[in-house]
Amino acid sequence: MNGLTVRYGDLVAVNEVSFSAAAGEITAVLGPNGAGKTSTIEVCEGYRRAASGEVRVLGLDPARDQRRLSERMGVMLQAGGVYPGARVADSVRHYCALYGKGADADALVQQVGLADRAKATWRRLSGGEQQRLSLALALASRPEVAFLDEPTSGVDVNGRDTIRGIIRDLAAAGCAVILATHELDEAERLADRVVIFDRGQIIADGTLAELRRGHDEIRFRSSPTLDVHALAAAIDLIASQVGADEYVIDAPPHPRLMATLASWLADQGHPLTDLRAGSQRLEDVFRRLTADKDDKHGQGGAA
Amino acid sequence: MTRFRAQLIAELQVVRRNGEQLLLTLGIPVLLLTFFSLVDVLPTGTKDPIDFLAPGVLALAVMSTSMVSLGIGTGFERTYHVLKRLGATPLGRPLLIAAKITAVAVVELVQFAVLVPVAYALGWAPQSTNWALAIAAVLVGTIAFAGIGLTMAGRLRGEINLAALNGLYLVLLLLGGMVIPFAKLPGAVRAVAHALPSGALADVLRETLGGHGNQPGTSWIVLAAWAAVTPLLAARLFRWD
Repeated sequence: MNGLTVRYGDLVAVNEVSFSAAAGEITAVLGPNGAGKTSTIEVCEGYRRAASGEVRVLGLDPARDQRRLSERMGVMLQAGGVYPGARVADSVRHYCALYGKGADADALVQQVGLADRAKATWRRLSGGEQQRLSLALALASRPEVAFLDEPTSGVDVNGRDTIRGIIRDLAAAGCAVILATHELDEAERLADRVVIFDRGQIIADGTLAELRRGHDEIRFRSSPTLDVHALAAAIDLIASQVGADEYVIDAPPHPRLMATLASWLADQGHPLTDLRAGSQRLEDVFRRLTADKDDKHGQGGAA
Repeated sequence: MTRFRAQLIAELQVVRRNGEQLLLTLGIPVLLLTFFSLVDVLPTGTKDPIDFLAPGVLALAVMSTSMVSLGIGTGFERTYHVLKRLGATPLGRPLLIAAKITAVAVVELVQFAVLVPVAYALGWAPQSTNWALAIAAVLVGTIAFAGIGLTMAGRLRGEINLAALNGLYLVLLLLGGMVIPFAKLPGAVRAVAHALPSGALADVLRETLGGHGNQPGTSWIVLAAWAAVTPLLAARLFRWD
């Protein structure tokens, strides 16, 4: 995808976006709601036309070759997609026949953990069961590329594990999986690569390791009355308070530094709880990136 | 062909699972046919009310399937993103539409298989019948009504579409010359009724199945005009998601 722009009237939803997703990898398209993720994915799926830019999916132009692409593509919409009165097994059989790729409907129902709900209709399924059925329909195409929009939203913990396991297997079998999500946790657990959207633009793109690199930190909780200036002086590094009782030191977790920090806290009579040292969590990367962008635009505030 | 078959099966499963649609497509026509033929309150102008009612109720059955049932079903499929999801399969719009039309034809076949014997059992004895021409009229009528149903389904949201189509069904039932004779309608209303597809189909069926048509020539033209215009309107206005 090169220089993709999507407009709704005068509104530019996606602005000059470029990225690629590799076969056998899970690429998370991450960003807050309204950042342009779904618009971008809908162009890839052939639902939406780009105002400008070049998009190729499996070498095909999704706008012109949508039929040929659809035979090789798995799609999971953000919501719905199934006849409310249709039974689980009938829906999966229907899609297996539409794709005609020889996928085994009963095996798919089993795989997504809905074997005991095979005779239930869509409207009687829980949110999580509906998502698992949608995933089964995406798998019915035996996809080479899969676009999954918020696949675990509204799903309980066990359901999430099932869905994540299936998505990992899909990528392991060589499928290029593109996963749109606004949940950092989801991307962190699943993705090989992360593309971060914010207000219609990509603000970061790389493997999780790349995005975290160079951003080692020590993060800990202690007493709310801790004197950060005294701490900074004691360790000779920048320390900052990021929450009521949460503090961050921007430095790699060297053993010597950790010892100094621990003994300083002990000398001052402060507690030490919830210590995390090393690379930032994706959530912190995301906060830093969106904050950087706000600073540049001089707007402040969160997206 | 396998894709068409798969889609047709899915369409028919949806029809079968929606009990309330069955009430509309079979229950009401059978009820109206039976009640008004046994209780002679309608000024039908025919010797036996069944000679007037049978073709009218067959027209009503066609309308309930091709306009109301198809329109409501398609409207909900749009609201629930079923059509959008199908858009990402290799089915394609022509096969989707072909499957929907075939499903409507199958339901109409079942309706006729029930209603015609019931009408004969109630004493329907048409003097002259031209079934080939009657079937042609049913086809043209189906196209006209499907165009109306799909135009509304392609624009209105699920629940509003449901209410609007049921409302339209009732209006056309009363104004359509299906169970109420044209002659009983006030002048201006009668002119409108003759210009509606419901009245036109009922009139054509009454002519082809018994020779009691009111103005069959004009009705054929009216019906054909609706069939020519409404599918184009649906194609122009339909929103897929």
